[in-house]
Amino acid sequence: MTKPYEVDAREIRARYPDVFDRPASARLAVPAMIVAAFAILVYGLVDLDFSPSRFIAGLSQLGWITLMMIPPDPGSSLPVYLKALGETLSIALLGTTLAAVFALPVSLLAARNVIPSQILRFPVRRILDSIRGVDTLIWALVWINVVGLGPFAGVLAIAVSDFGAFGKLFSEAIEGADQKQVEGVRAAGGSALHEIRFGLMPQVLPVIAGQVLYFIESNTRSATIIGIVGAGGIGLQLAEQIRVLEWQKVSFLILMILVAVAAIDFISGKLRFAIIGRRAVA
Amino acid sequence: MTTAVSILPEQQLAALNAAYRQAVSRRRLRLLLGAGVFAAALVLAAIGAEVNLRTLFTYFGNFISYFDRILTLDNGQRVWTDVGEWLWGWRKWLKMLGETLLISYVGTLIGATFAFCLNFFAAENTSPSPWLRFVVRRLLEFARTVPGIVFALVFVIAFGLGPMAGVLAIAIHSTGALGKLFSEIVENADMKPVEGIRSTGASWLSCMRFAIVPQVTAGYASYALLRFEINVREASVMGFVGAGGIGQELVVAIRKFYYSDVSAILLTIIVTVFIIDITTGWLRGRLFGKEART
Repeated sequence: MTKPYEVDAREIRARYPDVFDRPASARLAVPAMIVAAFAILVYGLVDLDFSPSRFIAGLSQLGWITLMMIPPDPGSSLPVYLKALGETLSIALLGTTLAAVFALPVSLLAARNVIPSQILRFPVRRILDSIRGVDTLIWALVWINVVGLGPFAGVLAIAVSDFGAFGKLFSEAIEGADQKQVEGVRAAGGSALHEIRFGLMPQVLPVIAGQVLYFIESNTRSATIIGIVGAGGIGLQLAEQIRVLEWQKVSFLILMILVAVAAIDFISGKLRFAIIGRRAVA
Repeated sequence: MTTAVSILPEQQLAALNAAYRQAVSRRRLRLLLGAGVFAAALVLAAIGAEVNLRTLFTYFGNFISYFDRILTLDNGQRVWTDVGEWLWGWRKWLKMLGETLLISYVGTLIGATFAFCLNFFAAENTSPSPWLRFVVRRLLEFARTVPGIVFALVFVIAFGLGPMAGVLAIAIHSTGALGKLFSEIVENADMKPVEGIRSTGASWLSCMRFAIVPQVTAGYASYALLRFEINVREASVMGFVGAGGIGQELVVAIRKFYYSDVSAILLTIIVTVFIIDITTGWLRGRLFGKEART
């Protein structure tokens, strides 16, 4: 049996000064950051008119609203809502597809291994960034000015804002592709287009397909809200019912959105596995 | 040196070729079927979304000329020839932008705090009881599936117009999104420290505090910063429904056709988003090293 090990606390303290006697700056860094974060929070709450009385009044109002939402009831407008939901799904599907079709060639221009020159790549990337920096709702407002109110403006809004996101994601996928296939095609005497078609695309397409499916799913969510500014779909109904305080219809619409999003999640998850296999997704 | 290529006898080759062709044609058929279904879905969607190519082509000029118009001052000159005139409202806009940033900061912090409190109940390995886990998970799911701006619409009616509704909407949405991400980090945490601490007779709370939290804080902070970035974008449109921030100015400018103001406000938003992206990216890189950036 081994003897119990005698520990001399003082000796250990002397041997590991970093653990036992940390300098004050290191010990104070985390609390200081927490205090600073909290100070900004308090400043923000004051600056944004958060008064406890207003908060409590609002909460009781919210309680009333929730009570009035029960039970969810579409009234006589169920067909209208179903049509609006179909419109929303159409907007998501069409917008995402359009964005993907247009983003694919542009993403080639933004990929380092296709276009080595920084001069061409830089502006393409900044343009994609700018498009992404503007929210879908803002694009919807712009398109409403162009093609008028309605779901078509929604399709174009989703297409444009996703174009920015896809351009970036696709170009990253292309940059991550293996260069050996491309070199193989080049060695066989293929042109630049052959290199892309037979060297890059077979590697990149499954990744891109996964991303497009994922975006269709997330765009179903975005498409539900662009109706709030008048670009069609179920958001239009939702905003109208909220404005006229028809709370039972509101809760029914929210439930519809939840169910639709869950269904799309489920279907696109299955499709994604079918296209690119179970391993690639995780 | 020449290499001899062995050539199979005719019969064997024919069988192999036939098998190959069959495999290829089956794949092609499946691909074609898939493409057909997809095309049909697209056509259906085009009808559903009232796509009208003629409208698009007739008015596509409008889209181009819209940018032409927002880049033109009232006196007919390009905006960049007279920056002072273009950005005439910069004091007001910067103030509104500050409000937008504050809305997203407060919203993210509140959301992250709630997510921090809730995620231990939602994670599979730390949740004290299955029914609690189920309830918390559904709650988080609800909070992140309902779009933030829908919450904002409801809150504007409950709490009145102003940034309070925006903050609460962003806080709820962030709680849902971060709660899920946080609980996934916890699920990946090493459980050996928990066993060690439980073996000393510690309560569930101490287990979380001393075994899990030290492992996961870096991941939490990284996700919270990412969320802040996203929330800045979201807060920039909260004003569309009256929930405060720069969006209010923007929607007024767009609706009232103050063209050069639209481009000026858009510019300030885009620049702000860039700066936030770059700063948080830099901060994440510094705090957690390169690998935490994904």
